[in-house]
Amino acid sequence: MRDKQIEDLKDYKYGFSTDIESFKAPKGLNEEVIRFISNIKKEPDWLLQWRLKAFERLKVLKEPDWQKPKYPKIDYQDLYYYSAPKSFKEKPKNLEDLDPKLLETYKKLGIPLQEQKRLNGIAVDAVFDSVSVATTFKDTLTEKGIIFCSISEAIQKHPDLVRKYLGSVIPITDHFFATLNSAVFTDGSFVYIPPNVKCPMELSTYFRINASDTGQFERTLIIADKGSYVSYLEGCTAPMRDENQLHAANVELIALDDAEIKYSTVQNWYPGDKDGKGGIYNFVTKRGLCKGKNSKISWTQVETGSAITWKYPSCILKGDNSIGEFYSIAITNNHQKADTGTKMIHLGKNTKSKIISKGISAGKSDMTYRGLVDISKNAFNSTNYTQCDSLLMGNKCGAHTVPYIKNKNSNSNIAHEATTSKISEDQLHYCQQRGLNQEEAVGLIVNGFCKEVLQQLPMEFAVEAQKLVGISLEGSVG
Amino acid sequence: MEQKLKTDFDKFISTSNFSNQEIKLKKQALDNFLKNGFPSRKLENWKFSDINQIIQKNIGELVFYNNYNIENEVNDDIFIKEIEHNKIVIINGKVERLSFEYEESDKINLTTLDNFNQNPNEDNSLLSLNNSFSNKIRNILVKKNYSFKKPLIIYQITNEKVSNTNINFQLNFELEENSSINIINLSDDNSEKNFINNLYNFNLSKNAILKNYKIDKKNNTNIKYDYSSIIQKENSISETFIFSSGSDYVKNEVNCYLEGKYSSAFINGIHLLSKNKNHEIRTKTNHLYENTKSYQLIKSVIDDSSKSVYQGKIYVNSKAQKTDGYQLSKAVLLNEQAEFNAKPELEIYADDVKCSHGSTSGSLDEDSIFYLMSRGLDQKTAKELLINGFLLDVVEKITDEEIKKLIKNIIGLN
Repeated sequence: MRDKQIEDLKDYKYGFSTDIESFKAPKGLNEEVIRFISNIKKEPDWLLQWRLKAFERLKVLKEPDWQKPKYPKIDYQDLYYYSAPKSFKEKPKNLEDLDPKLLETYKKLGIPLQEQKRLNGIAVDAVFDSVSVATTFKDTLTEKGIIFCSISEAIQKHPDLVRKYLGSVIPITDHFFATLNSAVFTDGSFVYIPPNVKCPMELSTYFRINASDTGQFERTLIIADKGSYVSYLEGCTAPMRDENQLHAANVELIALDDAEIKYSTVQNWYPGDKDGKGGIYNFVTKRGLCKGKNSKISWTQVETGSAITWKYPSCILKGDNSIGEFYSIAITNNHQKADTGTKMIHLGKNTKSKIISKGISAGKSDMTYRGLVDISKNAFNSTNYTQCDSLLMGNKCGAHTVPYIKNKNSNSNIAHEATTSKISEDQLHYCQQRGLNQEEAVGLIVNGFCKEVLQQLPMEFAVEAQKLVGISLEGSVG
Repeated sequence: MEQKLKTDFDKFISTSNFSNQEIKLKKQALDNFLKNGFPSRKLENWKFSDINQIIQKNIGELVFYNNYNIENEVNDDIFIKEIEHNKIVIINGKVERLSFEYEESDKINLTTLDNFNQNPNEDNSLLSLNNSFSNKIRNILVKKNYSFKKPLIIYQITNEKVSNTNINFQLNFELEENSSINIINLSDDNSEKNFINNLYNFNLSKNAILKNYKIDKKNNTNIKYDYSSIIQKENSISETFIFSSGSDYVKNEVNCYLEGKYSSAFINGIHLLSKNKNHEIRTKTNHLYENTKSYQLIKSVIDDSSKSVYQGKIYVNSKAQKTDGYQLSKAVLLNEQAEFNAKPELEIYADDVKCSHGSTSGSLDEDSIFYLMSRGLDQKTAKELLINGFLLDVVEKITDEEIKKLIKNIIGLN
């Protein structure tokens, strides 16, 4: 029995969990729990009222059910909505104060915090369960006037900014999971880039789901003020769990005049075992608002993990001449399911959007690209280009493309193309003839297939992502 | 509405003479419709054009009772003179004339069905409505190895005797092995504000060929739903051409079931819309067996405050290896108020396939207009020329030369 468990654990490279005692709110979703969360985080009253309003709204909302991957009903009363490592009740002052076990966890994940501080030039705001652990590189950022901290900290220190922008892109009246997040969100990242500042480094957060039965409700808010630039990285791995874990994060991006936000994700959460047992439900709402003129928001995602991935990072192109981009690689293997894509809502004049989506499905998995391009009446001279390609490996998996295209402006152009095929025998033969084994050959071809998206990632991520693509498809050939 | 449906249904049954079996099936169909009602935006299929709303807004209260005992006179003037053809004349949902004068009578079998198909429908309540209120269903069977010598033109006429009425009509075709038929479906509407619900079933055996050309050109204020189901066995070919322009609202739905190897389905369509029209084409090609092929080309030219919708789905199940599926939709918006919506969809469960789709929409190419104008054409002529060329692309796909010529004449494209 034990041997088997160890065997199972081996399969998932990051499958381990640290046993730090967790400090939990009582199970269940009700007003008390929301008050509890708000209270323990010492939140101002307006935020509590905001949460409660979201909760009121949640009561009348229904869980959406139009998505392709179906999942067993989630009992929202059976979840913990707040858990924090106990030793964190009082926030540590610096890295050395951290629980050594926690640091160990990050080491296994490949992000030794102390070293990173010196070597990588990346500021890491590591989220462990629901409370921010430590934030590095504050000094360099503070010098430029950049605020990069946990959202709880931002609520305390920069309440005006938070109050102004929180919920301005994803309002509390949004869909079920977004509203659930608004009611019970625990922590997340906050970024503010002041006018005309180019953020000197890639900002990065590692999420990690740890305590069993804890839904993760992260809230990220990134504001790029006029003429600023920021590149933000998000990467995730999660320990092995048997029961499904819900993750319903909200990410809001706001770009003002001439600002640019680049948001990259590598998602490698626990996908469940070979038989489709366990795994994370990744129901995330990500939305960017190009509020000002000439602003730009670019989403890049590499989705290889989770039992079910269900998300549509979107851009609302409100400012004239604004640009939205979406680059995605989604890989499903075994019993994984993904329903992902983007929405490009063109409201301003001369707005441009580009969508490149690459889907790869293997094993018994199921993958859907679902996207919306909506050019409204006043979005004169707007253009969209969409390309979605799917690759199928084996005849037990599925690949689907469901684009919605709406054009209400005669001066605007939309072009969409999609293809579905398998890896060509000729290419495989060629590679194998040159001495690669089948798996390597497939890896090479798949990497080529994904190249267009991979090259959009920042350097540090690109390498990791390329490896991930290979690892995700292991055992799917033959 | 429920009460109205029930009383109209009772009246309809009592004035017609259906067998007990038919009445039983019709009742079932009615119950199904009562349960679901008219489709609305909530259903994925009706996302872009909510027929429930459209009927409410344009017609209001519908009459479901249709008296099939009334004789309608057939006016021979309406017949196409250019080509010799067989005729079916349908007036207000009733078959008034059937003449297969150019064919060998022992090669065709005309019957009525009393055990109609409840349809492999996917929650489509309009098919239930059709089943419950349509008259006796005719079945046209083309026998083995027989090819129609002349095309069959179906004149689908409504006259001023009906208004605010729901007209349901259903027709069945069965093509035995190696048989073939060319059909032109011509709408001639002289009525206003009716909801016309047509259902065509085609059953193609091995090597059978069906060519079906549907033309809706005459301006009228009717609301139309037209559903074709084409079941195809080995090596069979179906070709569907849709010209959709005249009625205020039209939704054409074509469902192909490619069940035999080497079967293929071609669907080509044109939307030519002006004023305030709302037309939709929805195609679904189901690839259910190896080595099947489908091709769709849909082009829209949208003027004034019209709206064109294309929903196309290519479905490939895990058995259908070596599928070849291609779909292209293009739209030109001529006016600021015009709107084009598309949902080209791929649902694929087999890996050895070649499926792709493309969709573009936008204005006429400024450079092309400039080029033509620099050659001395005025702007209007230049635009017309470009639109003509744009649409001709679809018409040229018609494989029957004689019919192609006729259709070009009818729709005025040269």
